[in-house]
Amino acid sequence: MLPKFTYSRPGSLVQVANLAARPGTRVHAGGTDLLGCLRDGVFGAESLVSLSGLSDLRGVTPTSGGGLRIGALTTIAEIAANDAISDRYPALAQAAASVASPQLRNQGTIGGNLCQKPRCWYYRGDFHCLRKGGDTCYAFDGENQYHCILGGDGCYIVHPSDTAPALAALGARVTAVSAGGRRTIAVEKLHVPPSTDPQRETALEPGEILTEVILPPPPSGLRSSYRKIRERASWDFAVVGVALALVFDGHTVTTANIFLSGAAPVPWRARQAEEVLNGSNLDGATVERAAHAAVADAEPLAHNAYKVPLFAGLIKEQLTTLGGGT
Amino acid sequence: MARDRNRTDKPGKGVTRRGFLGTVGAGAVAAVTGLPRPGEAVPEITEPKGMVETALSINGRMHRLLVEPRWTLLFVLREQMGITGTKIGCARGECGACTVLMDGSPRYACMTLALEAQGHEITTVEGLMDGEELGDVQQAFVEEDAFQCGYCTAGQVVAAQGLLAANPSPTVDEIRAGMAGNLCRCGAYVHIFRAVERAAKGRGKGGGR
Repeated sequence: MLPKFTYSRPGSLVQVANLAARPGTRVHAGGTDLLGCLRDGVFGAESLVSLSGLSDLRGVTPTSGGGLRIGALTTIAEIAANDAISDRYPALAQAAASVASPQLRNQGTIGGNLCQKPRCWYYRGDFHCLRKGGDTCYAFDGENQYHCILGGDGCYIVHPSDTAPALAALGARVTAVSAGGRRTIAVEKLHVPPSTDPQRETALEPGEILTEVILPPPPSGLRSSYRKIRERASWDFAVVGVALALVFDGHTVTTANIFLSGAAPVPWRARQAEEVLNGSNLDGATVERAAHAAVADAEPLAHNAYKVPLFAGLIKEQLTTLGGGT
Repeated sequence: MARDRNRTDKPGKGVTRRGFLGTVGAGAVAAVTGLPRPGEAVPEITEPKGMVETALSINGRMHRLLVEPRWTLLFVLREQMGITGTKIGCARGECGACTVLMDGSPRYACMTLALEAQGHEITTVEGLMDGEELGDVQQAFVEEDAFQCGYCTAGQVVAAQGLLAANPSPTVDEIRAGMAGNLCRCGAYVHIFRAVERAAKGRGKGGGR
C-alpha cells in the first residue's frame, strides 16, 4: 500500500504549477517512476498533482520552424511508433522503443522519462545515501557493477534515461513552465551532475513543469541512432548505451554529437570522440580512435571496468553502421 | 454480504469465493449506462481528504465508488470490487501479472492509481470472455497449454490481447518483444508465444472476435 497523500487533477497548467510549488507536492505524469519511489519510501509526498487533465501536453506536432513539438505527456510508446520521429529522428524512435516493457511504454511519458530518478540500488534501497541527504555514496565501495565510469563526484549513479541521450544528441530543448513564466532548457543542460548538486537530477525548480520537448529541424545529411546493451535480451536499463547524431557532407562528418547512457550520472557527452570525428571520414582507423577517445577519461570502480571495452565496442559498431554507404 | 467500501483487509474472509463474487455486481457497485469516451473531460478533483468519489469503466460497465487517492487500480479491482482475475505479482511494475487494458493498451494495474484510470476504458481478463465462452486469446492459451501454475496467465492473456489489437499479425520476434513485460516463473514462454501465434492466425481466418 502506498503512503497516504492528497490528489488533485487541475484542468489548467497555471493551477498545476501553483500546486506543484507547494512543499511536499510531487507531480504525477505517467506515474511509473513516482509510484515506485513512493512505495519504496525513496521520498515521501503529502500531495500529488496530476498532469493528466492537461490534454494540451499530449501528442506530436510539427513546429513552424520545421521541427517537432512533443508534448510532455506523450507516451514512450507513441514516440516509438510515430512515423515523423522514425523517419527524421531515428535515434529518438530507437531509444523510445528500447525503454522498459510494452506496458511501461504505454504508461510512461517523455517528460517523466527525462525527469526520472536514478535506479541505483542503494538510492532505491534503505540507505541514507548522499543523494538522499546523507553523507556517503554506498556504491563507491560497494556493489557497483552498474554504476558510473565517468562524471562520478561523491555520487556514482548512472542516469537511467534512454531518451535523454538521444534528445541531447539531436539538439532538443524542453520548455519549463512555472507560475512565474516559462523558459527553455537544452536537454544537454537539463540534468544536474553531482559535482553541482548531488541531491537533484534536473535543473527544474520546484513548481516548474516540463511541458514539451522541441526537436530542431533535422539538418540535411543527419544520420542518427541509439543502441543500448542490457544484461538480458528482454527489457532492462542500459548497462551501456550510445546515441549518435552525425551530420554528413558526402563522406565527411561535419558535426558529430555523441551522448552515452549507462556511463555517468547525467547523459554523458563524449566530447573527445566528437573531436576525433568532426571533419573526418569514418574510415576504420578514425572509428577506432573515436571509440577509444569516448572512454579515455573513464575511472571505473571496483566492479564496472567491463564497461570501458563494452562502450568502445558499442561505439565502434554504431559508427560503422551509421557510416555504411558513405 | 454487506460490503464496506472503506475496508482495506482481504475480501472474502469467511465467504466462499463464488459467494463473494456473487455479491459484488449487485451490492457494491452500481452499473449505469452511457460510458464516457476516452479523452472526454473528467471532473476536476481538488485536494481531497480521505475518500474520493470516482467512476471507473470496467469491462464495459460504469462503476461509481469511493477510493483513497493512494489506491492503485489493482487494489480497487481486487480488494474493493472483487474482480480477482487480475493478479498481484511483484507490485512494482516488473512482472506483468496485473496487466489490464486501458483504452485497449496493456498497462500495469499495480502502477496505475485508480483515480488516473477515470475517463478510460479498463478491460480485465474477465472482460475478454465471449459470453460464457472463452475469448479467442484465452482459448489459444488453453489449446497450446501455455501455462503451468497459471498465476501469470491472466496477465499474459491480457498482454497478448493488447499486442494483437495493435499488431494483428506479429512475427515471432514481435511476439517475443510484445510479451516482454510479462514474466512466467514456470518458464512456459515457448508455449505462450505459440498461443499468441495461434490466436493471431485464428483472427487472420476471421475466427477471432
